[in-house]
Amino acid sequence: MEKTKVSQESTVRRGEISLTRQRIIGGLFILAAIFVYFVLAKPTAIDTKTTFGTNINDRAIQIPDWVFNSKISLEIIAGLCLGLGVFQITRGFRKITNTVIAGVGVLLVLGFLIWGAAGSSISITGMLALMVVRSVPITIGAISGLISERAGITNIAIEGMMVASALTSAMAGSIFGLWWGVVAALLTGGALAMVHGWLSIKYKVDQIISGTMINIFATGITSYIYIKFLQVSKLNQPGFFKPYQIPLLYKIPIIGPIFFDHNLYVYVMYLLVIVLTIALYKTKWGLRHRAVGEHPKAADTLGINVFKMRYFACLLCGMIAGFAGSYFSLGSVGRFEQTMTAGRGFIALAAMIFGNWTPVGSLGAGMLFGFAESLTTKLSLLQFPIPAELLLMLPYIITIVVLAGVVGRSRGPAAAGTPYEKESL
Amino acid sequence: MDKVSTTSQPKRNFFSIFYEELSKSSITIIILSIISGFIMGGILVIVSSPEVYKAFGSSLGEGLSTSWKIVSNTYSSLFLGAFGDPAKIMTAIESGEKKKILDALGPFFESLVVSTPYLFTGVAVALGFRAGVFNIGAEGQLQVGSIAAAWAGWTFSGLSPWIHVPLALLCGAIAGGLWGFIPGWLKVKTGAHEVITTIMMNYIGYYLIYYLVAAPFRDPKEVVPKTPWILDSAHLYRFFPEPIRFHLGFFVAILVAVVVWILLFKTTWGYEIRSVGLNMSASKYAGMNITVITVAAMALSGAIAGLGGASEIMGVYWRQSQALSSGYGFDSIALALLAQNHPLGVILTALLFGFLRNGSKVMQLRAGIPIYIINILQAFIILFLAAPAIIRTIYRLKQPSIKEAAIASTSLSEKK
Repeated sequence: MEKTKVSQESTVRRGEISLTRQRIIGGLFILAAIFVYFVLAKPTAIDTKTTFGTNINDRAIQIPDWVFNSKISLEIIAGLCLGLGVFQITRGFRKITNTVIAGVGVLLVLGFLIWGAAGSSISITGMLALMVVRSVPITIGAISGLISERAGITNIAIEGMMVASALTSAMAGSIFGLWWGVVAALLTGGALAMVHGWLSIKYKVDQIISGTMINIFATGITSYIYIKFLQVSKLNQPGFFKPYQIPLLYKIPIIGPIFFDHNLYVYVMYLLVIVLTIALYKTKWGLRHRAVGEHPKAADTLGINVFKMRYFACLLCGMIAGFAGSYFSLGSVGRFEQTMTAGRGFIALAAMIFGNWTPVGSLGAGMLFGFAESLTTKLSLLQFPIPAELLLMLPYIITIVVLAGVVGRSRGPAAAGTPYEKESL
Repeated sequence: MDKVSTTSQPKRNFFSIFYEELSKSSITIIILSIISGFIMGGILVIVSSPEVYKAFGSSLGEGLSTSWKIVSNTYSSLFLGAFGDPAKIMTAIESGEKKKILDALGPFFESLVVSTPYLFTGVAVALGFRAGVFNIGAEGQLQVGSIAAAWAGWTFSGLSPWIHVPLALLCGAIAGGLWGFIPGWLKVKTGAHEVITTIMMNYIGYYLIYYLVAAPFRDPKEVVPKTPWILDSAHLYRFFPEPIRFHLGFFVAILVAVVVWILLFKTTWGYEIRSVGLNMSASKYAGMNITVITVAAMALSGAIAGLGGASEIMGVYWRQSQALSSGYGFDSIALALLAQNHPLGVILTALLFGFLRNGSKVMQLRAGIPIYIINILQAFIILFLAAPAIIRTIYRLKQPSIKEAAIASTSLSEKK
């Protein structure tokens, strides 16, 4: 049983998928088509119109809303899914299968939106702008995670670092001003990450356990301080960063309001993705950083100080996670609340894996999760026939589905999670 | 090495031998970890009290005495909340009235009630660790177990308690088992790491219950969403009259711990579980079915946590409401590690945590210290247990002769 499976997998060439998997995926596409046709398109009356709003403010150049017939567009979507499914079963998309899966996912969501907004309107630009905002903590968290894992330190404490930094940034922000809040967040995240690094590099503690310890500690200490000092207090009114429109770019219709009309955090997210992509792949430091995570022994042989690289990676990871944490208090609501991170640190880890441990991939995955969240928010406002409580599960379900490998098995840095032991003379 | 040292020191008195043995023992590490955790908690309480700074401002002596007062007040209220007032218990026993004695012992029995879910989740997490899976999802498994038991509790009417109670418990176990099975199955089939999937399952379970209690399972007579009361026939037997909620679930939990101990250490299947947990590749090479063992261990772990939820509903609350963030699942990680993943050890540590948790309520009322200090204590206890070298350095203990085994080995990325 086991043997045949292995041999079957080994005959499949790189970048391609096995025949069974190909057929299963094709079958799923056809199921999607059937669902869209019978559940969504059938009950919709022939002459209902769906309106997709495109303008959310008057700063960008205005363009007319998109209005179209709900039933016909749903039938087109069903037809497209069916066609893709049939092609997948008979010929197979081979190398671009993952892209096609994503495409069918988008079609399905679009179908839901058209159906949900049949006879009324939905602001598609507003929804996508919200997607960008909601993706911030997930993307930055994922980047923080990948910085750490690329150097061989598994860090599941991003959630804990975020919640702790959200607290300290709210307090420091209230006392000294917003920017000092950001500084406090960087320091908090950095400090917690250094504890993690110290435990996992010096004491070789299992990194998952060390991470869990930091998560429990962070939840405990933030709740403790919140209940003791912050419930009704001037210490918890930092205010938040106001949105800033990037000159010229914000005027582009649709694109402008979606990407270039946000506060500090969104722009720093873009910047982090660009800078870290260059740093990781085009600099000497990046090469060393990745070498330490893939094969620390080889790196050590070439004279790279493995421990130093890993400590630095931890520090960087912590500061980035801390920055992501300050988003919750300084970037969105302007105060600290006990459960405000709501598992975003863990979703960020899923985004990191989905994004294949790269900054650009993390951004894409972060946007996906951000979209799931913004969909949830918008649909619950729309008098949607699905209860809000069930919609709230969506980001978490997507996380599991993504992790379970709709995209196939992913492989992280080889040495992640294993402490490095220098050979002694 | 050891032999040389013993022969070179011909006269070793009892105390030096005793000290050496003691400092090598893992029990010492455990006890010192707990003590150090309490010390760190005490320091935190002092640092977070504004009165202390004021007192230090006037004089050093006053500062120290205020610090001492605050810490002793905190921990003594913790003790009173957990065990009851010793003076009150003594007078009650002297008076000989049954009602008075029960009243005085109330906090003690309540602590046992609070320990009960810890027993279940602790055993669940320990079982997972033994099989090499890190079940952080005990929280969600406990909650789906409780809603399933509640559903069984009010749906099946006209049954004798002898059938209804096991049936409802079984429903809880099945729901929890399903919640554990999914991450286990995903781990084996797709390589999705159970740490993340179980946490996601916690959130999914949370919203599922939120939804179920808000709409389909809601008792229409209630303003705040709550399920109907479960029927009398589904109640777990309570041993004492009203205010004391000590119930049969406690003994069910002990039984489960013993059964898991027998399973793990006295059966072939348990041997395979432990073997997979220690070295997956070697077990695979030895012909064990890793897939089945991992998934079954995860499902069993979930089922035990689900039983814990069922026992909470059937013994303590009798109905389910929406506010459910119990924290039992996360606490049980520290608890299982403290017990070194031994089911019988879990009985002791679950009692410790239960008494702490119950005592912390009184502590919050009397000393104004938020109950979350318990989480901080736990974090420090995990820290000291996971890195025994820290404890050894602080207390200058000797290194053990055998290298301490890693508690669990885990990684987020799939290893080939």
